[in-house]
Amino acid sequence: MAEKNEEQLSRRRFLKNSGMVAGGVVGGSLLGGLLTSQLQTKDTTDSKQENEPLQHARMFFSRKEDFDTLAAATERIFPEDDLGPGAIELGVPYFIDKQLAGSWGTNAKAYMRDPFDQNEHVYEYQHKDTRQDKAGPNTSTQAPTPTPRYQTRMNRGELFLAGIRRIQEVSEEEYGETFVALDAEQQDKILQMFEAGEVEMNAVAPVTFFNFLLQTTLEGVYSDPVYGGNKNMMGWKMKEYPGPRMGYTEEIEEEEFIVMEPKSLRDYQGGGTSNGNQTG
Amino acid sequence: MATKLDKVDVVVVGVGWAGGIISAEMAKAGKKVVALERGRSAKTEDYIGVKDELRYTNRFELMQDLSHETVTSRNNLDETALPVRTRDEMMAGTDLGGGSVHWAGATYRYWPYDFEIRSKTIERYGEDKIPEGMQLQDWGITYEEMEKYYDKWEKTAGISGEQDPLAPKRKNDWPNPPLKETPPLKLFKDAAKNLGYHPFQIAAGNMSQRYENPDGQVLNPCMYCAFCTHYGCDFGAKSDALVTVIPTALKHDNFELRTHAYVRRVLYDGDKAKGVMYVDTMTGQEYEQPADVVVLSAFTFTNNRLLMLSDIGRPYDPETRKGVIGRNFNGQYNSVHLGARGFFDNKKFNLYMGAGALGAAINDFAADNFDHSDLDFLGGGAIEIRQYGDGAITSNKVPDGTPRWGKEFKKNSIFYAHRSLQLWYTPIVMSWWHNYLDLDPTYKDDFGDPLLRVTYKLTDQDRNIAKFGIEKCHEILEEMGADIIDDDEVPKEFDHIFFGGHYTGGVVMGDDPATSAVNSYLQMWDVDNLFVVGGSAFPQFGSHHPTPTIGALAYRAAEGIEKYMENGGQLV
Repeated sequence: MAEKNEEQLSRRRFLKNSGMVAGGVVGGSLLGGLLTSQLQTKDTTDSKQENEPLQHARMFFSRKEDFDTLAAATERIFPEDDLGPGAIELGVPYFIDKQLAGSWGTNAKAYMRDPFDQNEHVYEYQHKDTRQDKAGPNTSTQAPTPTPRYQTRMNRGELFLAGIRRIQEVSEEEYGETFVALDAEQQDKILQMFEAGEVEMNAVAPVTFFNFLLQTTLEGVYSDPVYGGNKNMMGWKMKEYPGPRMGYTEEIEEEEFIVMEPKSLRDYQGGGTSNGNQTG
Repeated sequence: MATKLDKVDVVVVGVGWAGGIISAEMAKAGKKVVALERGRSAKTEDYIGVKDELRYTNRFELMQDLSHETVTSRNNLDETALPVRTRDEMMAGTDLGGGSVHWAGATYRYWPYDFEIRSKTIERYGEDKIPEGMQLQDWGITYEEMEKYYDKWEKTAGISGEQDPLAPKRKNDWPNPPLKETPPLKLFKDAAKNLGYHPFQIAAGNMSQRYENPDGQVLNPCMYCAFCTHYGCDFGAKSDALVTVIPTALKHDNFELRTHAYVRRVLYDGDKAKGVMYVDTMTGQEYEQPADVVVLSAFTFTNNRLLMLSDIGRPYDPETRKGVIGRNFNGQYNSVHLGARGFFDNKKFNLYMGAGALGAAINDFAADNFDHSDLDFLGGGAIEIRQYGDGAITSNKVPDGTPRWGKEFKKNSIFYAHRSLQLWYTPIVMSWWHNYLDLDPTYKDDFGDPLLRVTYKLTDQDRNIAKFGIEKCHEILEEMGADIIDDDEVPKEFDHIFFGGHYTGGVVMGDDPATSAVNSYLQMWDVDNLFVVGGSAFPQFGSHHPTPTIGALAYRAAEGIEKYMENGGQLV
């Protein structure tokens, strides 16, 4: 256990020292990142960035420090280890960024009319912790994370931003350092405070924010790569999940477990601009 | 100002299974029919290439857009209800085909006991067995009378099944043979047999072979592709309204379908329904559609709310326990479909393959198939194993005691991804004096109309029957050889999660106008030419999934509407 922690720490230090956090480049000033990447010609950082998908740029978070905090938090929820990549390498922070930039982040299909009461009754409601897969008929098809309870005027984008900023504040209050600069154990402690509702947040329960963080991290690891996470289907490979397929009529009665090389939605839909008509 | 349209014979509100069946039957009978659907138009082509777990299972693509309208929810009469704001907390089907498009397909008939539950309970155990406040009542129709309507719906839908050894002997076989028996199902059946139970393959709305239904609609064989419940079928292989009754209705020139038509009121003169008022949600234009017969065939919530907004029928008052609209609201919430999950250290199952209703069950603890003399609840349900086909986000089930995140979670979630099986119990849900629907005093929809308010709490009946089911599931998992068995927790209280779409009652059927809103043809007692069709008619929730009974009752109602149009007056 001690060894593992040491490994994580040294990996973190490496990331910090080399300027790599969350698949991007950290610089000391506004232009630092850009300059660094131009000056560091033939090192690993640069080649790593070239391998990043072109979709890996921020569409929602305007401040890089907010995005880096999010990234570090997701990596604690789904860390890199011997089994395979963690949230950052899988592109989870970019997945969440894209989700928040779209209709889900702006609560386009949620009921957002006043009044939004903030009282004890609402507090109790926000702290109900039914798991999504234990919520009634056929819910075993859902992920085993608690249903986020929604009784705030903020949309999900605003809620995430408020939560991330609060993580940053609590890190400074508890350790006098930014969240990104903390070691793994300290980062876990901060996240546990949100999970347990031990911090204050304005107009939303910290546990609601935490449950969203948990849920979206898992979604980013395992959803189709079309959404910006599950980079190169590495999440699916780790889990021996084959992705969308035509069907399994021939295989479904087999006793043995069958491992298939995963296919993505692009493969399944025959995506891209080419199609049978053009080639045939 | 509303534009007044030409009168038609029948106007149908809501086009899922119920409205689709009414539409098809009325169209076939030559009636001039207009069907109004609040959602968008849809057809099989909308669901080709749908295999996207995030979009459908986690973001609820096929569910109602709550920005326009939702429900509010509370446990007790003296509480302020809170709006249920997101689709994580509330899902109800929408768009053409309604809930039928995303359903899983599990098909059971309700039992003779379910339909005559009050009489049969008293007959066997005496009236004292019924707790004070449980508004237990017969449906006003028997299983024997329902048989032909079940048969008709099962043939339209092309259900694939086999005879349940404990169920009443079927007059006709299921239209198609059962789905394939997979290793998890076989393991369950063998264990259940060892314990002396009577397992069978769950009847499914997933086609075991190519099938042409009596209306000439063709359904394709199921591919076991796993993207089934929450999804429209990629192959036209799941029996839903889009591949059966809706195309049948559309073959007839006397049938017209209007989508994006949001009905706000039933027009009512104190004696008869005169038609409906609706808004085209694309243009904002209001219309009045006059009709000789009005059929409400929307979801339970909408059927109730439209009657309340239109001042039709006597609203239920929990203080006096009088009135009928909103009375006996019930639903399968967080106390049902609980059981236990078994983790198998040395077995891996191909759980990423599956179909919505692919599964096995026992009915040894359904209805009154077991003696309740010494039990602290009434009724029962099936114990099921299902192989839906797990997506990668879903398959993160880990043994209790595993942290919810971090290194150990990752390790266990990956190790157990294909190694855990859930069993659950699908028990009956009773109706109680304190569980009902009315209009919310505060929260409004797009048009300023009040939202529907749900007042609902669990009772000892719910908690005791849940505990019983969990114990039985645990016993079977032990026999299946699971290395770790985690029992589900019995919830203390209804938690305001409206998930699974099994909410019924409020406009219930029966043989007494004092305790029911509609007769056994789903014709309103107070209004001869108004039929309210759907789950809203269930006086209690039965022992199983609701869809087949909704389908059968819709065929019964269609027969009633034709009779009414011939002779007029009350049918019962």
